[in-house]
Amino acid sequence: MVEVNLWSGLRALADGKDKVEIEATTVGEVLSGLVKAHPGLQDAIDAGVSVAVDGRVIASSLTEPVAPDSEVFLMQRLKGG
Amino acid sequence: MALDNTKSTGFTHVGTTPDRPDGVDKVTGRARFGADITAPGMLHAAIVRSPHAHARIKRIDTSKAEALAGVKGVVTRADFATGLTGENWNILENVMAGDTALYDGHAVAAVAATSSLIARDAAKLVVVEYEPLPHVTDVDKAMAADAPVIREGAADTSVPKGLHPNVVRYHESGHGDVEAGFAEADLVVEDHFKTEATHQGYIEPHACLGTLGGDGKGELWCCTQGHWNVQKICAALLGLETANLRVTASEIGGGFGGKTAVFIEPVALALARKTNKPVKLVMPRADVFKATGPTASTSMDIKIGMKKDGTITAAQGTFRLQGGAFPGAPCEFTAMCAFAPYALKNVRQVGYDVMSNRPKQAAYRAPGSPMAAFAVESVIDELCNRLDLDPIETRLKNASKKGTKASFGPTFDRIGLVETLEAAKAHPHYCAPLKPGQGRGISCGFWFNHGGETAVSLALSEDGTAQLAVGTPDIGGSRASMALMAAEELGIPYENIRVTIADTATLGYNEVSHGSRVTYASGLATIQAARDAVKKLCGRAAAKWGIPEDAVKWENGCAVPSGPNAGDFDPLPIAEITKRMGATGGPIVGHFEATPEGAGVSFATHIVDAEVDPETGKTSVVRYTVVQDAGKAIHPTYVEGQFQGGAAQGIGWALNEEYIYGEDGRLQNALFLDYRIPVASDLPMIDTVIVEVPNPGHPYGVRGVGETSICPPLAAIANAVSAAAGVRLRQLPMSPPRILEALEQQRNG
Repeated sequence: MVEVNLWSGLRALADGKDKVEIEATTVGEVLSGLVKAHPGLQDAIDAGVSVAVDGRVIASSLTEPVAPDSEVFLMQRLKGG
Repeated sequence: MALDNTKSTGFTHVGTTPDRPDGVDKVTGRARFGADITAPGMLHAAIVRSPHAHARIKRIDTSKAEALAGVKGVVTRADFATGLTGENWNILENVMAGDTALYDGHAVAAVAATSSLIARDAAKLVVVEYEPLPHVTDVDKAMAADAPVIREGAADTSVPKGLHPNVVRYHESGHGDVEAGFAEADLVVEDHFKTEATHQGYIEPHACLGTLGGDGKGELWCCTQGHWNVQKICAALLGLETANLRVTASEIGGGFGGKTAVFIEPVALALARKTNKPVKLVMPRADVFKATGPTASTSMDIKIGMKKDGTITAAQGTFRLQGGAFPGAPCEFTAMCAFAPYALKNVRQVGYDVMSNRPKQAAYRAPGSPMAAFAVESVIDELCNRLDLDPIETRLKNASKKGTKASFGPTFDRIGLVETLEAAKAHPHYCAPLKPGQGRGISCGFWFNHGGETAVSLALSEDGTAQLAVGTPDIGGSRASMALMAAEELGIPYENIRVTIADTATLGYNEVSHGSRVTYASGLATIQAARDAVKKLCGRAAAKWGIPEDAVKWENGCAVPSGPNAGDFDPLPIAEITKRMGATGGPIVGHFEATPEGAGVSFATHIVDAEVDPETGKTSVVRYTVVQDAGKAIHPTYVEGQFQGGAAQGIGWALNEEYIYGEDGRLQNALFLDYRIPVASDLPMIDTVIVEVPNPGHPYGVRGVGETSICPPLAAIANAVSAAAGVRLRQLPMSPPRILEALEQQRNG
């Protein structure tokens, strides 16, 4: 299981939780697992998110690996100038 | 793709500063910018824009315009796709109003004619009947209970119940217990700050030329930071198949984030489709101000607690961003960047994205971060002043480093903030004496940087030279950096590599040139494509020598046998291989297509000396030093240019630039005459120090540099001006009237 940290604003969409445990080995599985566990997160994830895995911000690639002991944070997707 | 320790030192080409490959084109006028493109029989377009801040469009009568000699077509919203949703709908609504004009300058119709003069005259003949509606342009007023609603139902699911419908997105993050942290502090400072919207100020206005036939196939030339994005959006807004629209990026006369968006391109294509002629559309400067994408304006509350020894015990920020009449103001990045330079046990940040009757904001170098730094670093400066602490030592005491849990959550890998602070402390500027009336300001700044979808192709020519096709428009010297990296890998001269910005039909999808991603991501892709080509070159040499491919290595532009059993062969230069490539297996091309995900975050520290004239309120920046972590500077003078450019734009933002709206909700200063960007005589020599703490996610250690340089200036200048004036400045720009007002308030207690 991977512990996924949500930003505080998502708590209301995840039954008040700011950490969710998901069975996942990739970033894509993290995101699909989050929606399966908390369907209210679908819109936020569809709007665009990045996933920080062990400090590395993954903006797009769903195939990036995630280990059970990885530090995983959901973040809003970067748009730069 | 991780840092390649075998390649991260001892470079031959990387780190040198050859002439820019586009230099001759730029100084001789050969370079073709957006407005330089022409086509036989082309028409010229003009856009009809709303004179109201907010109004219902009751009727549009185009008959008089269409009757004018030379007019070939008029389009309105009815000429675009229907049924769009989400961001595509937002973009279309911004490109061409539907039933409501949402801001002064909002497009409501467009005309194509045989000359630009006729098109402009015809635009005046389009009759639009408006019903004016209440408007709001200030962020705090737009959140108030009695504010007119810009659009019901625009808020997403992140917004807590009970907020005004103009609040359309909400962000909250942090960790620890801020109240407990404030209780531990010896001093808590809480303050309110505001910044006005500014424009990127690119000198080249938006311009494009489009063709679109009845068969749904078209071509578009435009100045943009991302032509694949233009292709995708235009296809959606016009109901086209994406591959049937080929988009070519022109040279670009500045973008800074403002050309990541689409404004006029779908309009030119719609007119082209209607008239069956090529249509050219060039924005007048006033339209650029009124109807492209300035920054968000902000209203911010910051509270920071500190112990007497300088330890920050807690930090809290509320960031309200006005992003125009559509969702999208970067409230989350403002919040996440705000406290990122500091290792904090207790931190909380909240962001609000607020709609108002202004143009849809667009990115501007590190969107949101400069405003956040202005507010946060001003409070840290105030704490240092009141506790009699050295500003750099205090920042060093609290600085984020590898292993720090960032204020926005994740743990930082190797970062270079401490190194920038140490370099700033050691710089002669920091201890230089100040003259009476002068003040010194310090600030740190942070930006994430980005990777993104990237595809490049490197084709070798028969003479051993190379043609590198990349898909990221060159907005800051990237062609030189790409050529240097390719030269490094291929072992051939920099001058033997020609870098071209390919069109959308040539490469796979390339994300926009944004997020300081080009030298990182296209650079990484270039290195990989060159290594792919080298592998093929080695294969041809192996076949010639009759030895295994893995018994050949590449050195100094030649294939050489590798290892004691490979045999004894003379080095085979690249040109010897390529001149026979047609007969030995065909063309040699290296490719790389991927989404690099190792962009390293970046920090900077700026030192500013400012002098304030108490009689006029005029500020002069008398000395400026930028210290920034570049990871690895591929072309150091271009890196310095990015540092200096960020500082120069920051000086304008801090001291003079602002969107000024009248009570009628109309923009009052839509010309450079009234919207004052800094010119050379306003600027001191901007000194630079390049710090190189390698990014673990790039083979050479590159970090993006284009955006971080604009994060600290607003705060560093505000701290310098506040020290010089003897009064804290909390609102940008610090124009002479605002400084005089602050001085007057101070005199009156």
